[in-house]
Amino acid sequence: MATANKNLDIKVEYVTRVEGHGNIVVNVKEGKIEKCEFHVVETPRLFEGMLRGRSIFEAQHITSRICGICSCGHTLASIQAAEDALGVVPTEQTVKLRKLLLDYEFLDSHLLHVYLLAAPDVLGVPSFIPLIGTHNAVVRRALRMKKAVNDVCDILVGRHIHPITAIVGGWTKLPSKKDIDTQIKILEDMAPDMGETLKLAKVLKFPDFHRETEYVALVSDDGEYPLLNGDIGSTDGKRVSKKDYRKSTNEFIDPRSSAKFTKWSRESLFVGALARFNLNSNKLHPKAKAVAKDLGLKPVCYNPFMNTVAQVVEIVHCYYHALEILKDLKKNGVDYSQQLTVGVNEKGAVPVRAGNGVGSVEVPRGILHHNYETDKAGMIKLANCIIPTNQNVNNIEHDFTKFLPEIITQPKADITLKLEMLVRAYDPCISCSAHYLDVKYVD
Amino acid sequence: MKKETKPVKAVSNKPKVAFFDFACCEGCQLQITNLGEGLLDILGAIDVVEFREAISEKWDKDYDVVFIEGSIGDHHAEERLKKIRARAKVLIAYGSCATTGGVNGMKNSFELDEIRASVYGKDYKLFDSTPTKAVHQVVKVDYSINGCPIYAPELVEVLKCALRGLPYTVPDNPVCAECKLNENVCMYERGISCLGPWTKAGCNSWCVNNGNICYGCRGEVKNPAKNANDIIGKYNLKPELIKNKFDMYNKCKEGDK
Repeated sequence: MATANKNLDIKVEYVTRVEGHGNIVVNVKEGKIEKCEFHVVETPRLFEGMLRGRSIFEAQHITSRICGICSCGHTLASIQAAEDALGVVPTEQTVKLRKLLLDYEFLDSHLLHVYLLAAPDVLGVPSFIPLIGTHNAVVRRALRMKKAVNDVCDILVGRHIHPITAIVGGWTKLPSKKDIDTQIKILEDMAPDMGETLKLAKVLKFPDFHRETEYVALVSDDGEYPLLNGDIGSTDGKRVSKKDYRKSTNEFIDPRSSAKFTKWSRESLFVGALARFNLNSNKLHPKAKAVAKDLGLKPVCYNPFMNTVAQVVEIVHCYYHALEILKDLKKNGVDYSQQLTVGVNEKGAVPVRAGNGVGSVEVPRGILHHNYETDKAGMIKLANCIIPTNQNVNNIEHDFTKFLPEIITQPKADITLKLEMLVRAYDPCISCSAHYLDVKYVD
Repeated sequence: MKKETKPVKAVSNKPKVAFFDFACCEGCQLQITNLGEGLLDILGAIDVVEFREAISEKWDKDYDVVFIEGSIGDHHAEERLKKIRARAKVLIAYGSCATTGGVNGMKNSFELDEIRASVYGKDYKLFDSTPTKAVHQVVKVDYSINGCPIYAPELVEVLKCALRGLPYTVPDNPVCAECKLNENVCMYERGISCLGPWTKAGCNSWCVNNGNICYGCRGEVKNPAKNANDIIGKYNLKPELIKNKFDMYNKCKEGDK
């Protein structure tokens, strides 16, 4: 296709979840790119406003409702921020169980993403639904794995969507011996499906596109792949404590878009599985390291499409990490005296003080920050939540600017598909990723 | 949001079912995927003609059953809901945000411009926002599936009724009725207030079984536990504390008066 005088007008209207609506706008006139933007408009649910005046002990319950997919991630970030504000230090057992919950959250979200995106791409269909007829076994495997992770989550935290038992101070219900055995069995029974998933991952093909950017994720000094604890670090050598999270986000308004953008050391930053891999790959479980090698993923990888591969690597890591925690609990037992019921702390079971607390937790799509300021009665005065997808929007747009000229000679259907795939690679949210993008061309 | 019409092929006489989401976390939609392979049985009995996550719009005929997830919080949403209702034989309000306004209702505890400015600053008018309404406060609702999130067994029951044209009634009992059958120790006996006495049952006392309190997500029962008001006296509770807790999910109820 001749390109010197190519005209292209792409407008992709693209619905996302809590992050609101995202649109791809591309405008090429006589071969010259006039516009290449990714816009996000926040959905006005006003959570940060609604939290004001509520008890800090209700924050977890309310903010888990920001997102049905990441409700366990929001729960953990919210609890961490609340405990920081109150000065509560969780016990070792509490932290161990929170890490287990985070492993389940990653498994659930990454599996759904890889299957909803990878399978249709590989099998050449535009969405998951047609596969029910053509690739029934793949669909059944995806649903079976999703159900298995959902089942272990039900046992650990009451339910995966809007968890019940994880609260400020600890857990309202601790897993019985039988609960631990059941979780181990469910995970071990998943092993053959895990193997098939890796086979699927091996045939994935991605565009060869590279753009250097700053990868941001939790970093730590111990040997554990940091998902819950640590500082905020970057591949540009930056490191700040969670309290200084705003230094890592630097939210700013771009006049072209109503979304807040973020940046740190350079024009944009990347959060998510690939950022974690790039910063912490040496801390992955040995089985996950082997899979990364097998799939050709090496740090520092500057191809955003490889985020999906990094998710597959994390699936393996979280699977084995969860099993290790469970086996440790089975061997060393659970201290049930730590079970607690707090409600809104009307009996003062947890000492309350005025404070300002930050929770920064890795959730499937990247680092998530919650920040609350409370008065001396434990009522929330101010709340701020910075969600991973919002941190990535600016980076997606910079990727577009570099990527479009590289593919401009291709047929328009290919260009659109590749731009869509690029957005999907960031896994902005499951619903948006699987959603058909309506594309309109005028040329 | 959709630009082009991609007609859906009507290849069967199965009921045409559609899902629409408004302001919500979409967790109730996700509960469907947690049915596992059982989901395929449901999909075998219906034709899903609109589902934002998977199927391109739009179906240009009437719907047999529509699921409405989320609450209504801006002008565009209200108009869109009315248009959907006009084409739907049966409309199901799906999940707390749809049935009671859910947590989105807490917006109504604030002066609208104030809360908008508190989140978006001086440019808040870029984002249209109206006081939160439950679905029944905008259009007629035929069935309700309560809960945040919905309880999957109830979804299957309601869908069966809706497809056969049978009524489905949520028993007008408080959560305490189920909680007692589950042999939980009453939260009040543990010194903690719980909204079970005022909240519609049907969740099998999900939260209390797991050691937490009831937050009232299923909406208010018509006849609170016989001794609900006695509880306030017996445990020396401040009625405003209970009201404040109940507002987390039920603030929109004030719009019913």
